[in-house]
Amino acid sequence: MARLSPQPFNLTLAILAGLGALFFALPLIGLLVQTPWASVPSILADPSVKTALELSLIASLASTGLACLLGVPLAWALARLHFPGKGLLRGIATLPMVLPPVVGGVALLLAFGRRGLIGGPIATATGFGLPFTTPGVIVAEAFVAMPFLVITVEAGLRSMDARFEEAARTLGASRWTVLRRVTLPLIRPSLAAGAVLAWSRALGEFGATITFAGNFPGTTQTAPLAIYIDLDSGRLPAAVVLSLLMIVVSLAVMVALRGRYLGDA
Amino acid sequence: MALKVERGQVAALLGPNGAGKTTVLRTLAGLVPLAEGRVVLDGHVLEDTARRLRVPAERRPVGMVFQDYLLFPHLSALENVAFGLRARGMGRKAARQAAADWLERLGLAVPSHARPATLSGGQRQRVALARALAIDPRMLLLDEPLSALDASIRAEVRQDLRRRLRGFSGVSLLVTHDPLEAIALADRLIVIESGRVVQAGTPAEVAQRPRSRYVADLVGVNLLRGRGRGDLIDIEGGGCLQAVEAGNGEVLAVIHPSSLSLWRARPVGSPRNLWSDRVTGLEWLGDRVRVQLAGPPALVAEVTPAAVAELELVEGTEVWVSVKATEVRVYPA
Repeated sequence: MARLSPQPFNLTLAILAGLGALFFALPLIGLLVQTPWASVPSILADPSVKTALELSLIASLASTGLACLLGVPLAWALARLHFPGKGLLRGIATLPMVLPPVVGGVALLLAFGRRGLIGGPIATATGFGLPFTTPGVIVAEAFVAMPFLVITVEAGLRSMDARFEEAARTLGASRWTVLRRVTLPLIRPSLAAGAVLAWSRALGEFGATITFAGNFPGTTQTAPLAIYIDLDSGRLPAAVVLSLLMIVVSLAVMVALRGRYLGDA
Repeated sequence: MALKVERGQVAALLGPNGAGKTTVLRTLAGLVPLAEGRVVLDGHVLEDTARRLRVPAERRPVGMVFQDYLLFPHLSALENVAFGLRARGMGRKAARQAAADWLERLGLAVPSHARPATLSGGQRQRVALARALAIDPRMLLLDEPLSALDASIRAEVRQDLRRRLRGFSGVSLLVTHDPLEAIALADRLIVIESGRVVQAGTPAEVAQRPRSRYVADLVGVNLLRGRGRGDLIDIEGGGCLQAVEAGNGEVLAVIHPSSLSLWRARPVGSPRNLWSDRVTGLEWLGDRVRVQLAGPPALVAEVTPAAVAELELVEGTEVWVSVKATEVRVYPA
């Protein structure tokens, strides 16, 4: 990359850039100033806070796993196969990125709800329904998070030299072995970046989760939901502490990603 | 297009870029389906469009060395060579041992955990060859095996590759656009042009009797084996040529027919190589005439029809032949 020569100082640009930085920094500072540091240990020890955090962690990791399991093959099909309607499929697969999450939640209810397209017959046959259960949270989070994995992995597959796969096949590797021993190791950076992006999106999920899975402490109330409820019912310190914790996690992910995969600048 | 290569033979597919050489290899390897036709190896049908039969790439007994080698960058040299054995179900330990044996047989003295990126071009070429040979293929396909190498080490790697191919008992087919590479490595040349075989035969046959203008341009050179002695080469079958730095030992001398000059009387000048000779035949190829000379050494000169008329060349004409020492290209054989 060519190095830029030193730029002449421009006051207008400097002021606007400073305002932009403040715009991001002020909310963070506000949160830090308002944090009731003395009561942090007692808030963190509160069973309901702990439960929400645990559920958030478990559900976000499980939904990342689900997104990898289904998203990698989907990305592979989008990158490697030629079939009619591929553009439409890619559009559908990335739609949750631009869809308001609450709309995603409604759509999930209509498909997997107890009276939904697929959920109805399943509920009738087995009595099991996804909504308002922890698996429901996982499905809702995977729905909004998987597109991040699909597009990142698809880009990785496209930029990879597919002739490595051909070389592996001439050596006698089945398609499955090629995927496992050549393709996945070669796109590992994209896969890791996609998984982390999906995980952080799942961790912050609110709209689709509350719409599809509801807000039951212990089963479906994740940390973002708990923050909203705490705030709504006047428990500001608890909301602030939980928010701070989520900021710390997000920052850690950003820093880890920046160093390893997004390139340092 | 029909191709036939005998077991133990090294055939070179020679042709211009875009002639479809690489496609032929990819088809034989099973990476692209044949539009129409058959592929038979050792009596086993690998592909037959009439019978809708097709053995997939991973089940063909075919090893392939790719143009830029395509060594798996995330695996060590040893793991690259072991890959095919592992994919064919061999245990991890046995595969690694077999791979180590192959690397040793190919004279690769590199740490077995070295990644391909840390190897030199010549070492990578050998790892790629070991990887293809390790699966014990009955056909070996090589796509421009030397083109990824620096010119400085190409000659050495070419000699080494030639020995390896001689030692391989199956069918070898290599693709190249470099006539010298084809001549040096193969015992059979197949020249293709826009997807058609235009001539096939031993390198000497094709070089001495090119059947078309195109083949003449490509491989219609004088090819002489001999022994270097400083600036001199003793030609096999008689005769001696001056060359620049012929070196010592077995060499291959290449003289382009158009760099030979023909004279009716003994010329006065600087050419290092000058001798009298006799025309044994004339071959008209469009706007050029290939003049065969009795030798020794037996050579072909290429002149214009006007020169043929002026020199009154017919079969049996006595001529003086000259060639500058700098026009004699020498390669270690």
